Amino acid sequence: MKPAPDVEKVRFDVRRGVVDRSSAELEINPFDLHAIEAAVRIKESVGGIVTVISMAPPHAEPALRDALARGADRAILLSDRRFAGSDTLATSYTLASAIKKLGEFDLIICGEKSVDGDTGQVGPEVAEFLGIPHVSYVTEIKEVSNGSVTVASDFGVAYYLVRAELPALLSVTKEVNVPRKPKFKDLMKARKAEIEVWSADDLKDVLDLNRLGLEGSATRVVKAYYALEKGREGIKVKGDEGIHKIIDLLSSSGVI
Amino acid sequence: MSGEGVLVYAEYIEGMLHPVTYELIGKGRELISKLGGSVKAVIIGSGASGRAEELIHYGADEVYVYECSEGVALNTLLHKELLVSLIHEIKPKLVLYGATPWGRSLAPRVAAALRTGLTADCLDVYVTDDGSIVQVRPAFTGNIIAHIKTVTTPVMTTVRYKVFKPPKKDPSRNGKVIIREVPADVDIHHKEIEVLGKAREKEVNIADADVIVAGGKGLKRREDLKLLEELAELLDGVLAVSRPLVDAGWASKDRQVGFSGNVVKPRVYIACGISGSPQHLAGMKDSKVIIAVNIDPSAPIAKYSDLFVVGDLYEVVPKLIEEIKRVRGKP
Repeated sequence: MKPAPDVEKVRFDVRRGVVDRSSAELEINPFDLHAIEAAVRIKESVGGIVTVISMAPPHAEPALRDALARGADRAILLSDRRFAGSDTLATSYTLASAIKKLGEFDLIICGEKSVDGDTGQVGPEVAEFLGIPHVSYVTEIKEVSNGSVTVASDFGVAYYLVRAELPALLSVTKEVNVPRKPKFKDLMKARKAEIEVWSADDLKDVLDLNRLGLEGSATRVVKAYYALEKGREGIKVKGDEGIHKIIDLLSSSGVI
Repeated sequence: MSGEGVLVYAEYIEGMLHPVTYELIGKGRELISKLGGSVKAVIIGSGASGRAEELIHYGADEVYVYECSEGVALNTLLHKELLVSLIHEIKPKLVLYGATPWGRSLAPRVAAALRTGLTADCLDVYVTDDGSIVQVRPAFTGNIIAHIKTVTTPVMTTVRYKVFKPPKKDPSRNGKVIIREVPADVDIHHKEIEVLGKAREKEVNIADADVIVAGGKGLKRREDLKLLEELAELLDGVLAVSRPLVDAGWASKDRQVGFSGNVVKPRVYIACGISGSPQHLAGMKDSKVIIAVNIDPSAPIAKYSDLFVVGDLYEVVPKLIEEIKRVRGKP
């Protein structure tokens, strides 16, 4: 689960092309709500323990509490200055290492992408680092049995049925379910629950400290700017004049 | 490891070559004028050898072909292993994939296996005067544009469909087709993953559409989508919707335009009763021509439209349909 700012609320520093991180709290990345829901539903039908794991700054803790209120049993926050500046490669490596430290697991579920990073790369990269199969863009979880999971996945041209042997990783779309709202008593309980915080040192027996953060990252942002500032030099018209302008534009575009 | 040239991964699924492949080859040709080396392509699947010449006609110098039986042709783990072994062998400087669901699922696995950088969903790739590759991509639901350099080799990029022009096909172009056997150390079956078959077809593939008529919260009833559909059909286009209508169950996700739906870039996008939330804009703001019809003159979509018609879509759309029919009716 990725704690991310609400992109509808967050303010952008238009001049510098960066996000004003203090302008919005970190909350569960909306795509990951569906991943948590999927995991909790599987637990409800076949049993098991749901662990939520995030890599984020310490102030992401409320997002992990929210995940507990939504039905997760355990929450681990990987937080350390040495993780800062991680790209998808370093993030995936860190998450995969922490999952190794957790021990045995059957299924990893994540959202298809995050609203801030937009890459969708961390899921498949974690699967590669762990040497397990993955299925991306899962729109439906059909069956979870002892040894495998069967899902429908969007391949672009059509939806395909894919069976993966466990342990496996699924990245799910918003179509996979409708997340339930947490119950009041669960929210209360989650307020008092323990969030385990792991630092780089806690992971040093399972990872190479040189592969973390900016140093362990393969990509560098060299320039960034606000994209929505400049719109189009459009014209605004009313009524019948609008109809004629549309006709003109459709014919100059070669559509009619 | 320093590399040479550009490798394009040809997306080939069940006999269909994704058109983004041609665009990537075209971009590859443009980039090698500064990067040096040649444009190579790799195609994997059942019947792949039959498509190799076509890739040369679009601009590839060399095409690596891995034929495999239908049963295993859609296995991401097999594709990953073949790509990793080929990249180790030919050492490209840059590897391009389509930022399609398939490409965005496969490329990260290859990147992690090679421990190299991957930049997602790019809108451009260019080479600076000192010869370094820069990748341009949106982030924060399309609010930020970032320019990214990769410090590892090869540089790997998934590129959005329809951002580069496809090159002209030249049937007289020559190149080399290299038929490869699956290497002995690659597990052809990869039983840990199995594609059982098609679950269902897409209702429509709006990413391919040339004209899109999209409806949003300004619609009062589900049946009113028929009105927009009529306009879409008249323009040889397709009907699309914004997220609230999918959430309300009025239309399938296949028709949803936006960050959490489909990113589209048609020739003409007509937004009816869509105010233009950031998540919707992220899915359509790069359309060639944008026309919006909205009753609210302050709707955010106004700023991103070439033409903004202030009016009730229930009045504007029927009149527009009439007018198009009338214009068409003229000899």
